[in-house]
Amino acid sequence: MDRLLIHASEGSMTTGEPGRARSDRSPWNWLLVLPIVLPLLTFLFNADEPRLLGFPLFYWLQIAFIIVGVGCTTIVYRMTK
Amino acid sequence: MNANVTELVVFALLFLAVSVMGFVAAKWRRPENIESLHEWGLGGRNFGSWITWFLVGGDLYTAYTFVAVPALVFGAGALGFYALPYTVVVYPLVFLVLARMWSVSHVHGFVTPADFVRARFGSPTLALIIAITGLVATMPYIALQLVGIEAVLKTMGITGHLPIIIAFAILAAYTYQSGLRAPALIAFVKDTLIYIVILAAVIYIPAKLGGWGSIFDLAKAKFAASPAPGDGITLNANNQLQYVTLAFGSALALFLYPHSLTGVLASKNRGVIKRNMAALPAYSFLLGLIALLGFMAIAAGTKGVVGANGKVDNNTIIPALFDQMFPDWFAGVAYAAIGIGALVPAAIMSIAAANLFTRNIYREYLRKDATDAEEARVSKLVSLVVKVGAVLCILLLDPQFSIDLQLIGGVIILQTLPSVGLGLYTRWFHKGGLIAGWVAGMSAGIWMLYMVPNPANGKAHFGGSAFGLSNLGIDTKMTIYAGFLALAVNLIVAALGTLVFRALKVADGPDVTSREDYFADEGDPKVKDLDLAASH
Repeated sequence: MDRLLIHASEGSMTTGEPGRARSDRSPWNWLLVLPIVLPLLTFLFNADEPRLLGFPLFYWLQIAFIIVGVGCTTIVYRMTK
Repeated sequence: MNANVTELVVFALLFLAVSVMGFVAAKWRRPENIESLHEWGLGGRNFGSWITWFLVGGDLYTAYTFVAVPALVFGAGALGFYALPYTVVVYPLVFLVLARMWSVSHVHGFVTPADFVRARFGSPTLALIIAITGLVATMPYIALQLVGIEAVLKTMGITGHLPIIIAFAILAAYTYQSGLRAPALIAFVKDTLIYIVILAAVIYIPAKLGGWGSIFDLAKAKFAASPAPGDGITLNANNQLQYVTLAFGSALALFLYPHSLTGVLASKNRGVIKRNMAALPAYSFLLGLIALLGFMAIAAGTKGVVGANGKVDNNTIIPALFDQMFPDWFAGVAYAAIGIGALVPAAIMSIAAANLFTRNIYREYLRKDATDAEEARVSKLVSLVVKVGAVLCILLLDPQFSIDLQLIGGVIILQTLPSVGLGLYTRWFHKGGLIAGWVAGMSAGIWMLYMVPNPANGKAHFGGSAFGLSNLGIDTKMTIYAGFLALAVNLIVAALGTLVFRALKVADGPDVTSREDYFADEGDPKVKDLDLAASH
């Protein structure tokens, strides 16, 4: 890792803010964990009832997770750009 | 027979229209000189958010999606719905990873994942392994696209392999001429057609079948009556682990495929990629609806077309459902959507495979001083060879279990994750450890796939990717996705190998990337003419 840090401090490339290395770290990134974990928890959705518009829970809830995914990635993008 | 003529005419007209587009695409966003991989292979590396959305969407959601996922739902029920959580998980998972991959590739001019590994770990051998893995995983995936076209043609009453050979010859010709610009332009038509067809299907067909509630009830009754233990409209105790590991493992694998990365590297900046990670799930919604077509086919009592071997071809279930439900002209549109849906990914996959050969085999081992123009020439020729290979795959293998071919490819490509995916974050692994991990993961993966029987077609081996934990001496009927377990073996061996090689002080390769490279954006300086061959 030392070697990498030396590279960064040398500023081998001229980039936006001099002296401060760019990074993709942000506390907002933790929000991405939610849509990764939710669809993998089968106990949340592995049932027929309750139904929504005729859809068993298994189907409508997993489709609803798409909205969670879009929401989380959009927020992270907006807050970190 | 008249019905088939209407369908066929609509299908043929749309197919011809996109073929013309494919050739015209060479003039679209025309560069001064198309004779380099950055132009022919990556469309000039300058696509904005919209083009990327259509291109990557058209690339990832293939004819296989249209045909095999609902066929699996038709046959097994809930388990086939794994495709939905798979594509929900994948975008937040790779949101940061792909931005890094784009940046480092932008700075160094990488065209393939193996280019990155070559520069990062300084090992031609490891890069070759990554390239070959990509090639082997992509070939059956291209073949799978042919299965999609074939399913449609069969439903229209056209048999024999000649039409597919003709379709692929046209595809090969315009990919040769226009490169990535061809699928990028055609993707607009493909995705638009697919959205129209699926939205029409999910409104029109349930109305004819008495509503969604009754569709699910009929499916439930069918699975209750069937003797197979793993089916149903929900999961059971034995296949939940399989469902979760298959969804998660497939998500990990998706952007390791060379063709997925091709679409990503063709975009013009990091923002395009991040915006698309938020916008691509629109296709996941579509995919969920497509999967449910399998239940509609159950409710409608759809019968697949009987193939040449006398067995029902499950891949024809969805085309048969369209034939049964839609007016002929619209069924033709739906078939064209599937057919064109096969062309876009097949073109991108063959370009990606050709680039792998050119950059990581030809240039690395055969012609170290190959010029840009020579690289483009080699890639164009190899893209033709790859398509011939895919056609041979279909002529020689049993196409009914196309989804299994793709699943085997997924197990294989997952073994590149430590080098390509984790390599973007850490240089901790030793090149020798990564090679050892790959060997162990591949061996474990292939052995596990070998141990999977498929009762549906009586095959004793390579019948799918659901590996029974009982094979490991555990007393259970639970199954797990073979790729997931193989990746675990790979990671453990790579980590242990790294410790051993470090302890023995075995020389590691040089890393020519620097930390800043992973965050570079459009307009930042590039390392011109990075000579992969020069650093020994």
